[in-house]
Amino acid sequence: MEFSLLTIIFSLMAYGAAAVFVFGILCRIMVYAKTPSPLKIPTTPAPTTSFGAGVRVLSEVLLFRSLYRSNKWTWLGGVVFHWAFLLVVLRHLRYFLYPLPSWDMKLQSIGIYAGIVLPIAVLYLLMRRTTVDRTVFISSLADYFALALIFFIAGTGLLMKFYERPFMVDIKGFVYGLATFNFSAVPTDPVFLAHITLVMILLAYFPYSKLVHAPGIFFSPTRNQADNPREKRHVTPWSPNLT
Amino acid sequence: MAKVKFEVPELTGEIIVPGLKEDAAAAIKSHNAPVKDMTDLGFPTELVPDWKEKAVAKFAELLKKYRSLKVFMDICVKCGACTDKCHFYLSTKDPRNMPVARAELLRKVYRRYFTTAGKVLGKLAEAEDLTREVLDEWYTYFYQCTECRRCSLFCPYGIDTAEITMAAREMMDTVGLGAKYPLQTINKAITIGNNLGMPGPAIRSTLDFMEEDIKEQTGIPVKFPMDVKGADVLLITPSADFFATPHVESLAGYAKVFHQAGISWTLSSYASEAGNFGMFNGNYEHMKKIASRIKVAINELKPKRLIHGECGHAWRAAYSFWNTLIGPFDSLDPKYPAPQHICEFTYDLINRGALKLDKTANDDFVVTFHDSCNVARASRMGNSPGGQFEIPRAIIRATCNKFVDMHPDTIREKTFCCGAGGGLLADEIIDLRIKGVMPRMQAYKAIKDSHGANFFALICAICKAQFTKVFPYYGYEMEEVGGVHQLVSRAIVLGGKEGI
Ligand code: SF4
Ligand code: SF4
Ligand code: SF4
Repeated sequence: MEFSLLTIIFSLMAYGAAAVFVFGILCRIMVYAKTPSPLKIPTTPAPTTSFGAGVRVLSEVLLFRSLYRSNKWTWLGGVVFHWAFLLVVLRHLRYFLYPLPSWDMKLQSIGIYAGIVLPIAVLYLLMRRTTVDRTVFISSLADYFALALIFFIAGTGLLMKFYERPFMVDIKGFVYGLATFNFSAVPTDPVFLAHITLVMILLAYFPYSKLVHAPGIFFSPTRNQADNPREKRHVTPWSPNLT
Repeated sequence: MAKVKFEVPELTGEIIVPGLKEDAAAAIKSHNAPVKDMTDLGFPTELVPDWKEKAVAKFAELLKKYRSLKVFMDICVKCGACTDKCHFYLSTKDPRNMPVARAELLRKVYRRYFTTAGKVLGKLAEAEDLTREVLDEWYTYFYQCTECRRCSLFCPYGIDTAEITMAAREMMDTVGLGAKYPLQTINKAITIGNNLGMPGPAIRSTLDFMEEDIKEQTGIPVKFPMDVKGADVLLITPSADFFATPHVESLAGYAKVFHQAGISWTLSSYASEAGNFGMFNGNYEHMKKIASRIKVAINELKPKRLIHGECGHAWRAAYSFWNTLIGPFDSLDPKYPAPQHICEFTYDLINRGALKLDKTANDDFVVTFHDSCNVARASRMGNSPGGQFEIPRAIIRATCNKFVDMHPDTIREKTFCCGAGGGLLADEIIDLRIKGVMPRMQAYKAIKDSHGANFFALICAICKAQFTKVFPYYGYEMEEVGGVHQLVSRAIVLGGKEGI
């Protein structure tokens, strides 16, 4: 079977972006995991067991507990944004899996609502960033870039869903083909091409930007350490032992 | 010397988040360390010619040694949650005192030398060369952080600016840019054995004086033993407890508690300091050297228990780091935590009914309690999380009739720093100290107005020094400041049933 130049370019780009993403994230995780934590520094009061510390980290990851204490409005924006993002990503699994597992089937319609909420949440976060003098001061190009990228990804996605409506079977064919090395032609719909290009940029950008907060939070010593320095001696790997 | 007038923030009882005022605190700088201390501590005495390369190399080393630093350099999303949490931002309005902006001073250099994007894109990726201007900014703003960890509590990722400040100071020290107060203190602690640089005999004579004083007042021979081998308890306490007011009042409290409990104890002239300023400047070796005096004292005096006096950062170092630095404490009795805080010890005795306390002795006081940030956010007391809040309060309640807490957003883990920790208790930055204490003073003012609070109870030597100094600027008496064991000292009924 012959493939158009467009198909070849997009297929290669997709693999490239995925490779950069996976490689980049794995590298980060490896560096974090290899770098020692010489001292006990949990922000207290902290759980006294590793299990408790694990629960603490999860409460940060899933519920944004510290942010809730800190600033309810930012918390609201952050939680809605991240959960909507997650649901949208899960909804997209339908392009990668066949047959679709039933739990993901159930997520399809809520995924659409999430898709509508997502750009609204982005705008809300943008509004917060640009209206408080303190966040204006600390914000930089990178912060706006990440928001804009996700906004346009969501926008092009919604355009396809509600307006353009390219042929879904072609899209699934292309994406599923990439995932299973069973290639098929890329749909030529310009909105789709824009959507997928932006996603590839996001993937490649992810590991090399502040977006690494996603894996990074699991390695934050002030959150993941148990508060038990008296009960259990913590050893500094690079310091020779006294006594 | 004529007293210079400083702009003292107005007390309204409320903490209001101010608008930005760029460079408002840019002129406040700690003095540079004298040649002697730099030399003694193994640092260059002035900025070395190749300081940039040296600093970057040190940065690389620290990034490999400290996961906290590495992760915190990468994962800040600039959400802004920490921007209104630092007492120095709230009081100086200088945007570089927002924790994220303080960290950014280091982060922009990190991006320039340690990330691909920063190397290639430069300014576009918020990366910046380490220039003389940047170095000066570091010196200014990393000595305007008390390492109180309030930002870390509120950050969704737990980013602890204290860790970043420590790293930055260590890098500056390495290239010959040190600050006088912290480095002098470290040097004294390492060479003489305590932060005040007081030799053993001087300590002994104040202890003698205290013994006489208590004997005169109460008729009871309360002892202040030093260098006694085989005593049950070795007490390690901040050296300020021997000389400074109101610190000595708490020392009297500890001694009376030991006396009444009938437990033998001793101080050590060799390890006469609980404080560990090595922590403030991020130098592991200094921290270890200072702590190792305690190990030596344990080996020599052979106590069964190790008890720690009232001090915030010192308790952090003791509770969180001693076991790592100088542990394990195999020679001590495993029945007791090592180290144990004097508050844990007294609390335990109170619970067992071993102390007789006359609350009316403190009837002049309406007491409130300032949670020292290092105790609140970097350590624990007792067996369960938050014991560091309950135990001192329980002791206070047992020693007085009137106790009130300040506004809930300013106590317990949300406590506001005194504004002088982290090596900032220096005279030349009194302006910053007066400002930094502002949020705490607002909360105190509020509780004064509503409940008539007039005794400000503390468990930290630096807090005590800072508050006695700044209270008068705000129009309050320095006598309102005191230790938790000062209250114990006043309430405890000596004599009668001894021992337990
Ligand atoms: S709260 Fe944490 S993530 Fe948010 S701006 Fe501050 S340091 Fe960065
Ligand atoms: S550690 Fe304390 S002083 Fe330092 S930036 Fe954070 S809140 Fe401010
Ligand atoms: S002196 Fe007290 S309040 Fe100030 S930093 Fe230390 S523990 Fe915190």
